[in-house]
Amino acid sequence: MNHLPLIIKREYLTKVKNRSFIVMTFLSPLIMIGLIAVVAYLSQLNKDKERSISVLDESGYLSDAFQNSENTTYSYLEGLDLNTAKKLVKEKEDYGLLYIGKSISLDDISNHIKFYSEDSPSITIISNLERKIEKRLREIKLQQDGVSMQQIEASKIQINISQESFEGETSSKMDNIVKLAFGGIAGYLLFMFIIIYGNMIMRSVIEEKTSRIIEIIISSVKPVQLMMGKIIGTSLAGVTQFVIWVLLGGVLLVVVTAIFGIDMAQMKTPQQDMVDQVMQNQGAQAVAESLIIAIGNLPLLNLIIAFMFFFIGGYLLYSSLYAAIGAAVDNETDTQQFMFPIIMPLVLAVYVGFFTVIEDPHGAVSTIFSFIPFTSPVVMLMRIPFGVPLWQQGLSLLILIGTFMFAVWLGAKIYRVGILMYGKKPTYKELFKWIKY
Amino acid sequence: MNDLLVADSVSKSYGNFKALNQVSIAVPKGSIFGLLGPNGAGKTTLIRIINQITMPDEGRILLDGQDLRPEHIKDIGYLPEERGLYKSMKVGEQALYLAQLKGMSKTEAKTRLKYWFDKLDIGDWWNKKIQELSKGQAQKIQFVVTVLHRPKLLIFDEPFSGFDPINANLIKDEILQLREEGATVIFSTHRMESVEELCDHIALIHKSNKVLDGKLNDIKRQYKTNTFEVGLQSNKSEEVLHEIENSFQVFPATFKNLHDDIKLNIKIDEATSPNDLLSFLTARAEVHHFVEVLPSANDIFIETVTNN
Repeated sequence: MNHLPLIIKREYLTKVKNRSFIVMTFLSPLIMIGLIAVVAYLSQLNKDKERSISVLDESGYLSDAFQNSENTTYSYLEGLDLNTAKKLVKEKEDYGLLYIGKSISLDDISNHIKFYSEDSPSITIISNLERKIEKRLREIKLQQDGVSMQQIEASKIQINISQESFEGETSSKMDNIVKLAFGGIAGYLLFMFIIIYGNMIMRSVIEEKTSRIIEIIISSVKPVQLMMGKIIGTSLAGVTQFVIWVLLGGVLLVVVTAIFGIDMAQMKTPQQDMVDQVMQNQGAQAVAESLIIAIGNLPLLNLIIAFMFFFIGGYLLYSSLYAAIGAAVDNETDTQQFMFPIIMPLVLAVYVGFFTVIEDPHGAVSTIFSFIPFTSPVVMLMRIPFGVPLWQQGLSLLILIGTFMFAVWLGAKIYRVGILMYGKKPTYKELFKWIKY
Repeated sequence: MNDLLVADSVSKSYGNFKALNQVSIAVPKGSIFGLLGPNGAGKTTLIRIINQITMPDEGRILLDGQDLRPEHIKDIGYLPEERGLYKSMKVGEQALYLAQLKGMSKTEAKTRLKYWFDKLDIGDWWNKKIQELSKGQAQKIQFVVTVLHRPKLLIFDEPFSGFDPINANLIKDEILQLREEGATVIFSTHRMESVEELCDHIALIHKSNKVLDGKLNDIKRQYKTNTFEVGLQSNKSEEVLHEIENSFQVFPATFKNLHDDIKLNIKIDEATSPNDLLSFLTARAEVHHFVEVLPSANDIFIETVTNN
């Protein structure tokens, strides 16, 4: 008798009808968007804060090095000694006082520069000042050596290397950014999905054990069927939740942006710096165009198909392990010792993905990790946008499916024995024994 | 074929621990079969093997003359000792689900459920969650789910635990009625008075081995000690007592009676018939009470287990 559809249906409906599931489904996007809005708002607030910095220049070199910017105004103090200046700045409640003392030569000047302030100044402000001073002094030095301002200006060159493969495919830096984004999102999505819904499967197995219904159920169905039903049913509930999150999140994002007028694009993350670099060199129009071209350049069909297979394969592999853990223990606190070996390869995969693949998508490390079944779903998904030969994808997928089947077999063994074991906190040695039963 | 279920030298080990050692039982059709044994003897293992939850290492199980197959699941109803239901699921949905797992169609399951819910007067629980019910109430649901698909073989592991006397009686009557309707029942319990009351056959498993097996009455006959409990009245009771003590082995007896002067357990040897004893007694006193002492299931259980 095939009860799989029945079990899947029950698992799905219980999950979806569960009150906390419903609450989380609709609350999470709200919380996320709320959080993003708050962060965006705060960072904007921070940026809008105006600062004034007083400059006391006794060396005379930096008289016009500091131009007022949007958020910072510089005021030069003339003819005051340091102590009076400090007192004055404190009274004015300026952000700080930049003091450049007298020095014999340009090289010596760095020993005489100090910044006085009430609170310790932010790193960005200090490095900003340093950059300005360095630039100014370099220019002065060059001029002393007989190089004119025009020559300095003229010496600045912008480079934007255009890339082309031996087969004649052109690509740009934008391509790489898009590839990174696609791979990163796919890999990270899988990682999150496994952690959230793997845990859910584990809990639902434990629940069956603690409510002691398990013996009745498995007198009617095979443990493997029950396990697969749980995995598939929970995954479908997960997909449902994910889709709602994405839709709701998207709508909310638009609404929030419209209402509060917060420009999300202004939020900067380190990854965006790379984007900014590219943008600086091109006009907005050109950026949009190259973005579309870059997306068009992606192996989209390959990407979508590979995403589906690796996502499903990776997810099933991990969830069968989660189910086995759930079967082996009596309560959630006992799961800790078994969780570590599962989380480790996952975290490793994400790290390899974000550090090695970005650096060198076809290097030895990336390639090896895209074949190891526990890391391959994440790493391979991140590599594919950069173009991976089909045989490699196929081989990796085969290994993944093979391991998945092995994991299901193993999981089912542990599951079959474990679901009827109560009161014992199992050790690895015991699990090994169960496999042999 | 008069036996619905036959276990033929079934063995099962967990690692180094032998849970069942060459156990054979035969459960006749239409009987109530008591599966007895101390805790940890291997009863649950045997029941799980019959339910195809675990596989035996050796031996085989026949249901209605056929080797046990996955299709037989629908012919068996099992009420485990460790019972439970999905706590946050509604009673009706849950019962439907479990019935469908046993191979019933949804509409059929609905009709049958309605019948049972009306019969046990629990119809208004349909939309309640299990966690809102008391333990005894949940047990009732569990009982209904066990018998719903009209299995040929019913296996009850401690079915009365958790029930108050009224509900226990109700369930007992239902079990007896199911037997009338043709079901065969395997009944595992530690409560010997219900064994006495319900079972026709018993098997006793001790330390993974079957140590006793057969019709309850036959076993009792085997274990009888030819002892009779008698109550006598006489004017010369001391004299009579002396005479009896000279002729038979005598033990004191206690039973409730209105006015018997002499209360005794008298053991006779093989050569003496009960009638001989009776005529011996009637010649000397007025016999008010004459009963053969039969060993109770409890006595047999304790004696067998301690002797093995």
